[in-house]
Amino acid sequence: MELVLAAAIGILAASGVWLLLRPRSFQVIIGLTLISYAVNLFIFSIGGLRTGADPVLHEVAGNVAQYTDPLPQALVLTAIVIGFATTALFLVVLLTSRGLTGNDHVDGEDGTP
Amino acid sequence: MSQHLVVAPILLPLLIAALQLLVGEKRRRTALALSIASCVALVLLAAALLLEVSADGALAAVYRIGDWPARFGIVLVADRLSALMVLLTSVLALALLPYALGRWQHRGGHFQPLLQFLLMGLNGAFLTGDLFNLFVFFEVLLAASYGLALHGSGARRVSAGLHYIAVNLTASMLFLLGVSLIFGVTGTLNMAALAELIPHVPERTRALLHAGAALLGVAFLIKTAMWPLGFWLPRTYAAAAPAVAAMFALMTKLGIYVLLRLGLLLFGAGAGPASAHFGSAWMLWGGMATLVAGTIGMLGARDLGKLAGYNVVVSAGTLLGAIGLQQSAVTAGALAYLVISTLAIAAFFLIAGLLASDGDDDTDDTLSLEPYEQPGETPANESLYAQEDESRVVIPAPIAMLGLSFSACAVLLAGLPPLSGFLAKFALLAPMLDDAARGGADALFTLIVAAGFSTVIALCRAGIQIFWVEPERIFPKVRLVESVSIALLLGLCVVLTVWVERPLHYLRDAAAQLHAPANYIHAVLPDARVAP
Repeated sequence: MELVLAAAIGILAASGVWLLLRPRSFQVIIGLTLISYAVNLFIFSIGGLRTGADPVLHEVAGNVAQYTDPLPQALVLTAIVIGFATTALFLVVLLTSRGLTGNDHVDGEDGTP
Repeated sequence: MSQHLVVAPILLPLLIAALQLLVGEKRRRTALALSIASCVALVLLAAALLLEVSADGALAAVYRIGDWPARFGIVLVADRLSALMVLLTSVLALALLPYALGRWQHRGGHFQPLLQFLLMGLNGAFLTGDLFNLFVFFEVLLAASYGLALHGSGARRVSAGLHYIAVNLTASMLFLLGVSLIFGVTGTLNMAALAELIPHVPERTRALLHAGAALLGVAFLIKTAMWPLGFWLPRTYAAAAPAVAAMFALMTKLGIYVLLRLGLLLFGAGAGPASAHFGSAWMLWGGMATLVAGTIGMLGARDLGKLAGYNVVVSAGTLLGAIGLQQSAVTAGALAYLVISTLAIAAFFLIAGLLASDGDDDTDDTLSLEPYEQPGETPANESLYAQEDESRVVIPAPIAMLGLSFSACAVLLAGLPPLSGFLAKFALLAPMLDDAARGGADALFTLIVAAGFSTVIALCRAGIQIFWVEPERIFPKVRLVESVSIALLLGLCVVLTVWVERPLHYLRDAAAQLHAPANYIHAVLPDARVAP
């Protein structure tokens, strides 16, 4: 499971970085989204990977080792919400830029005249 | 009541911003009155906070949200440095309001609420005591700054804003990675608890901790605009509306604040042999590289907005190098330089905006300078000529006022006597000569002096071209309210020239407090076990 998750994070991040460096603003935003997926998975995995373990205590607390660390999950939730909002904002700016310049190059101008 | 003083600078702008959104865009006077009330109250609150933490023997003021114990709950911590930064933010915002009142707030929607949200984020980032809330407040202020950077719209602004947002989103991702790595190693994000734990981190995970801290550092270095991560800054700042750019002059200082705070708290001398001074060499040499890049950019800048932007880079480089030295006396000087350079650069952005704006067309409103090769040629910049507008109050000698302010700015930024820029730079440079124990101090000293000299050249050149070369140039009309902002900012610098003993004493105490993090840790966690 660790290997699969690590590979998924690595592939997402690598694809994201590649897309981030592309000249089209749409590719940039997809790249940013992929990187934020990778980061969110990374935060999620930082508490250690457990299958079938609850993050919330039941009525009888029992052994704390049965539970998974709830804090990374709380953190990742916040990170997802904030990332989602800023990406939406970026999308609006992207559309404005597209409307003002007439193309979707990140510098607002194509190399070709 | 007084224990809630720490949280008030965050809650007040939030409430005011929400009220302003409810009031809506139509009732500008109400929104403006709310803004003025909020900024005046913030200055008073920040001053009260500063007095409270500067009392003799006072530790940092700690506010536990919901009164949870600090290891579990969220804490806000105000020590001397935080209180100083909150006061600087509030004063700057209050001084900028009259300027925004002029023409800028009508250029787009929601200027006032966005400014209040920005203030909330800034104050929160200065006051927070744990890393994840630092991230949250950073995002609050960045979201507001995206809106403000685009204020007024236009192709140039949107294109620069696109880069700004992409760079900052990437930096936020690095921030999150760093935070989660640190959490994975230590199991806490409370800064005081981290400082307590770091000397005892086992050797096999220390590399991971350092990797996390380095990622976090890179995120802040991007915001501080260290070379080569600061390429986005001059363009964005030159494109932003002047009042916004002036407020942004503080935002690079937020990166400096966090690097200073975390560098000394987590990786100060008490962090154990393996972690002490981690990253400080990077800040020192990176700061020098930034100084060089900023100086070259400043000498080569072709318009006034970019010139101001490169001044921000030079000041960030100076500060980075100075805090990289990690010596108490240098830090005190750096704080003085931080305050003066922020005020002076903000005033410079406002002046640049006044010189360039033609009042109507705002998409192309930075004043271009002549290239070096063709002296004597007058730039054919038609947009400089002001449109007639009968409704404005025109003060009789705007040129004299602008020229005087411009030269005052130049003197402050270059650090020449007699104004407070010289005192701040002297306070920064003198301790570097005293103590040559740390390598690189000599090089930094030389570079700062050289950068000051280049600032004189670049600003003299700009000033001569603007005010002397073309006597027939028609200057845009200056409204009284706009000059009030500049007069406030520069007047504050002049006041600090005369009334200098107590502020410097306060800054020395703040630096000493930063270099003795045990006090901070004990204030947050009374049961902490750290060596004093």
